[in-house]
Amino acid sequence: MNVRSILRNVVVPIACMLVAVPALAQGTVKLGMVGEFSGPFAEYGQQMMNGIKAYMKVHGDTVAGKKIEIIQKDTTGPAPDVAKRLAQELVTRDGADMLIGFGLTPNAMAAAPVATEAKKAMVIMNAATSIITTKSPYIVRVSMTLPQVATPMAEWAAKNGIKRVYTAVSDYGPGLDAEAAFTKAFKAAGGEVVGSVHMPLKNPEFAPFIQRIKDAKPQAVFLFLPAGEQGVAFMKGFKERGLADEGIKLIATGDITDDGVLQSMGDSVLGLVTSFHYSAAHDSPENKAFLKAYGEVSGGKLAPNFMAAAAYDGMAAIYAALKATNGSTDGDKILAAMKGMKIDSPRGPLMIDPETRDAVQTIYIRKVEKVNGKLENVEFDKFPDQKDPGKM
Amino acid sequence: MTPPRERWSAIEIAFWIVPVVAYFALPTFRTFGSQVFVAGLFALSLDLILGYARIVSLGHAAFFGLGAYTAGLLAHHGFGEPLSGLAAGAVVAALAGAATSVLIVRGQDLTRLIVTLGVGLMLYEVANRAASITGGVDGLSEVPMWPIFGVFRFGLDGSTAYVYSLVVLFAVFVLMRRVVRSPFGLSLRGVREGERRMPAIGVSVTRKLVIVYTLGAAIAGIAGALLAQTTQFVGIDVLGFQRSADILIMLVVGGAGYLYGGIVGAAIFMILQDRLASLSAAYWQFWLGLLLVLLVLFARGGLIPLAEGLSRRLRDRRAKRGRGPQEAGGG
Repeated sequence: MNVRSILRNVVVPIACMLVAVPALAQGTVKLGMVGEFSGPFAEYGQQMMNGIKAYMKVHGDTVAGKKIEIIQKDTTGPAPDVAKRLAQELVTRDGADMLIGFGLTPNAMAAAPVATEAKKAMVIMNAATSIITTKSPYIVRVSMTLPQVATPMAEWAAKNGIKRVYTAVSDYGPGLDAEAAFTKAFKAAGGEVVGSVHMPLKNPEFAPFIQRIKDAKPQAVFLFLPAGEQGVAFMKGFKERGLADEGIKLIATGDITDDGVLQSMGDSVLGLVTSFHYSAAHDSPENKAFLKAYGEVSGGKLAPNFMAAAAYDGMAAIYAALKATNGSTDGDKILAAMKGMKIDSPRGPLMIDPETRDAVQTIYIRKVEKVNGKLENVEFDKFPDQKDPGKM
Repeated sequence: MTPPRERWSAIEIAFWIVPVVAYFALPTFRTFGSQVFVAGLFALSLDLILGYARIVSLGHAAFFGLGAYTAGLLAHHGFGEPLSGLAAGAVVAALAGAATSVLIVRGQDLTRLIVTLGVGLMLYEVANRAASITGGVDGLSEVPMWPIFGVFRFGLDGSTAYVYSLVVLFAVFVLMRRVVRSPFGLSLRGVREGERRMPAIGVSVTRKLVIVYTLGAAIAGIAGALLAQTTQFVGIDVLGFQRSADILIMLVVGGAGYLYGGIVGAAIFMILQDRLASLSAAYWQFWLGLLLVLLVLFARGGLIPLAEGLSRRLRDRRAKRGRGPQEAGGG
């Protein structure tokens, strides 16, 4: 094979295959969606995408005379190098006007400089570490932060006669953050943390931890575990070892009873008190509209959770901002429109903090109850206008 | 006069022209290209220890990650000069390689598998614990790079990253090409084919393995540093098991023991992944898995031996047709 024939037979066909023709239409706004669509975090991307589709189903795909187009990209999981590259390609190749999505913190953090350099708005729909919004002045977050939901839990506990708490958290970033935020707020409210334990993230055996908690005789246990099976296992052990009978309460942040997996957790989670910003059981016309549209776009295959609700709100913020700028996607104008914006969200009132560009929202205290044969996070107390304590 | 082993064949020259052509033909794929080169360089480093020294490693990302964190932390703390960052990454990874090679040379295949896996997992946990230094699972951000030679800035379109990664890959490749064709490389091949016999001709197997493992680690460190510099971010996944496994797959797809195998494998794997993912962001893994199974079934040993076999058969047939029937029957 000589060089020319290699060029003809190999390089040219590959080149043709690779070059996608970028369609340049005047009347479209392209939203580059960077999310997790494969691997262990695939549900994150799915939830966000369904939330986006649900919003577009309710409110149409045209705003301020422009057609909204979503370009979906898969980061494959926590892969910051891929996420950053996808963001770069979305901006330079696909002509994306905004970056949206981002389920995991490292992916959002790696892509942040792209938003800064390209001067494009970047709407975070899930990634929940406090510092993300400080990484670019073009970032707006419509989801939540962990300290934001853990702090009200501590305040509620202190207010309701709980003075001695034992903290039990999974031994990884979010678990330690939740523990720190809870402990700080609980001590400030006059409570005492009588003990704390870090449980292994993978294949934990809860029995010894539960026994240790029982021996310390706290009034309540603050729990943080990844959503799903582990919560069920802990709750079962908690009941079997008689902690519930001794009157020890179990409190947690709401990701443990994620609406997306709540039904599969079974009756063992009944009575669990959690704090969170969104419950599918929230009673409002906005939430009803969201749930209905979500059911239609997902075909009933997936139960909507807080990620879907945040994506829905992200789209609401984008639509409202585009209306305010008359269709201009200039990063500075979009950001100016979004700062201080108020949204009637399925979760309740939501505001984008004009200073930190983070979500300001009501945090609800909920209890798992059985309503019409289905498990629900029933809201019974609330802490309005909560900012992210991580930045105060 | 260059000895025949050193001469570059037409197909090799053509191989290196492809990325140069791609730079101009596919201007919007430069960032992607730079990541292909990084993976290619990483696969090349694994080829050295797997293809040439038969050390099976499931924890090669340990060295990749060390290089990435070294370069990343240097820049994070205010020293963003790219070339010295690469060198620092190589040195740190090489030291770790030399230290762990003691464990490698003692064991056989299965022991090595476990030891490399263990070292990899340990380093991952260390990076996870030392969150105040490494950023933990959130990753290390704010890794500003100085322009290369004070001129070429790392921009959004990825041109600088592309050329920089390609030049580094090529430079390391040329060096490795020399190494595997040197007497040292030949004795490595001897170790690979008959480890027990080598001492009989006065070759210390242990020393060869230590040197080649350290060299492989150093190159993996360069690859990691390159990734940290071109993405200006270090995620903890640089040390993850997934990365060790992926690079092994890339090398096996391309073919171990040819130097080109890793680069070809990395390019094919990543291009397939990117193209399939852009067709369907949710289901691309199925198609990639199917292709890999087919590859293993029909191209045992990887793509390079497959291509070699095909071209040999083609040549034979052509030669047979060229020669007369009486000659072909002789011998």
